[in-house]
Amino acid sequence: MAQKAPTTNTAEIRPIKKTSFSAIIKRDFKKHWQLYLIMLPVLAWYLTFCYGPLYGLAAAFQRFNVRKGIAGSPWIGLKNFVDFFESFYFTRVLGNTLRLNLMDLIFAWPSSILFALLLNEIGNSKFKRTVQTMTYLPHFISTVVVCGLIVDFSAVNGVFNDVIGALGGTRISLLTKSNLFTPIYVLSNIWAGMGYGSIIYLAAIGGINSELYEAAMLDGAGRLRQTWHVTLPGLMPTIVTMLIMRIGNILNVGYEKILLLMNDANREAAEVISTFVYQKGLVEASYGYSTAVGLFNSIICLIFLVLANTISRKFSETSLW
Amino acid sequence: MRKVSIPRRIFVVLNTLFMVLISLICVLPFLHVVFASLSLPQQVQLHQGILLWPIGFNLESYKLVFSKDTLMTGYGVTLFVTFVGTFLSMLLSCFGAYVLSKRGVLLNKIFLRLITITMFISGGMIPFYLLVDSIGLNGSLWALILPYCMSTWNMMVMRSSFRALPESIEESAHIDGASELTILFRIVLPLSVPVLAVMVMFYALNYWNSWFPASLFIRKRDMYPLQLLMREILMMDEGALNSTVGTGSEINAMGTDEVGAQNYVELLKYTTIVVSTLPIMCVYPFLQKYFVTGILVGSLKE
Repeated sequence: MAQKAPTTNTAEIRPIKKTSFSAIIKRDFKKHWQLYLIMLPVLAWYLTFCYGPLYGLAAAFQRFNVRKGIAGSPWIGLKNFVDFFESFYFTRVLGNTLRLNLMDLIFAWPSSILFALLLNEIGNSKFKRTVQTMTYLPHFISTVVVCGLIVDFSAVNGVFNDVIGALGGTRISLLTKSNLFTPIYVLSNIWAGMGYGSIIYLAAIGGINSELYEAAMLDGAGRLRQTWHVTLPGLMPTIVTMLIMRIGNILNVGYEKILLLMNDANREAAEVISTFVYQKGLVEASYGYSTAVGLFNSIICLIFLVLANTISRKFSETSLW
Repeated sequence: MRKVSIPRRIFVVLNTLFMVLISLICVLPFLHVVFASLSLPQQVQLHQGILLWPIGFNLESYKLVFSKDTLMTGYGVTLFVTFVGTFLSMLLSCFGAYVLSKRGVLLNKIFLRLITITMFISGGMIPFYLLVDSIGLNGSLWALILPYCMSTWNMMVMRSSFRALPESIEESAHIDGASELTILFRIVLPLSVPVLAVMVMFYALNYWNSWFPASLFIRKRDMYPLQLLMREILMMDEGALNSTVGTGSEINAMGTDEVGAQNYVELLKYTTIVVSTLPIMCVYPFLQKYFVTGILVGSLKE
């Protein structure tokens, strides 16, 4: 150590003499060129696949033609957006998006927290682990299979209808009823996401200082009050962070699932902004218009994210940035 | 021993029952599918409710599934995409995570900003599609790999994990003249096995389960991955169904009438679900203990 000290000193004195920015860069590059070389493919990937499409957003303001590209297509200002706002589909897809998302936020999102709290009360660790293994499972099954099961179970001769039949109801094909689409969507989200979503809350509960529980117990707090006064406050930062991220996705519905579950009979309740973008852009090839709809979606999401983050920073001191 | 109050006891019993119920709800649908695939089709049709054991026993449907060329090539495509994709994903993520985990690198702040921004801002579906199309990947299997091979979240999890390693080990390797790549592959990666295992699983699952990219970029039927073929079978897309599973002789083998054809298709559904999901079900329990590590490291804020 004593030997090393002088060399670092001289190395640090020289750039101070120069203090030029380029000298700092030069020295950094000399020391880290290998790292920069390693980073190159990663950066190239991000520039191509994340920043490349940002350039393509310009199509939202054009009568876009694939052959002419962004450079050659005529600019038409906000016409694509106006067309969307004035179209018959605007209220339908926006309404469906908000309805599905709000229901998901109210019912599916908190289910993980509740599940984590209840699972935390299980004392037997072997039983607990078995429950975890079984409830995480649906998360790892592909959307296609999950939706296939939903379709199969809600068919007239499916399992759900066996239950309805046994209870004395009439058998109906559940997915053809547009008023049943929201419950099917939300319930299947709970089924697929509740267990897996609880991992992060369980981990946070595990990180709570056990002395706090002991202190609460000494003060005569029962289990319920311990949960209310120790566990929940300890979970709050995690809950708030997850909530901010969830709100930032307020217009992003799981479109893969909806594409798989949507049919002509339930379309009016199932069509959301992202599936509309898919339909207009990739099926009907009106690229400029669908890019505009997608951009509208992203902008609203971003606004919600920033709002949620700002509000949270003000009131709970938890924020993403 | 502390005395347990009566309301608490009632709660414990109810809570335990609730947990059992939830677990069953999560697992029974899959067991139903497995049992249905092993049962005699005519009897599955007649059965009411969830199957708790196979009715009759029959492996005919498995023989049929494995003799279908379309399904087998689908399997091959999925295996290719999963293996090559996961390898590439891990390579790039390790590179990125390693560099970003280094302290005192001048440009890292800029890199980090560039990368985290992409978690919140993206071009959306259509510009993304047009981009992939414009660089000539449309129609090739690489379109299922390259555009999807990085997950910023996963890379950040790996970064936090690498960052938690003691700096002194790497420093001494530096003094011995080891190159950065040597340090990454010889020192950092071997010390990070649990997190790497989770990441391999997350990436592999993503490739294995994905169908949407293939529906965008793949036109030729003999390049369809398993999940896309499954969609046709499960969603009963009739015309496509016929070309995937074929009609005629196989169906006649199950019964010559329309009911026989119906039975055959039903059975095929269950069997393909089992065949496509089995690899996940086999690997999953062994890796489960690592999930918490993987997710927890990522949630550590710096």
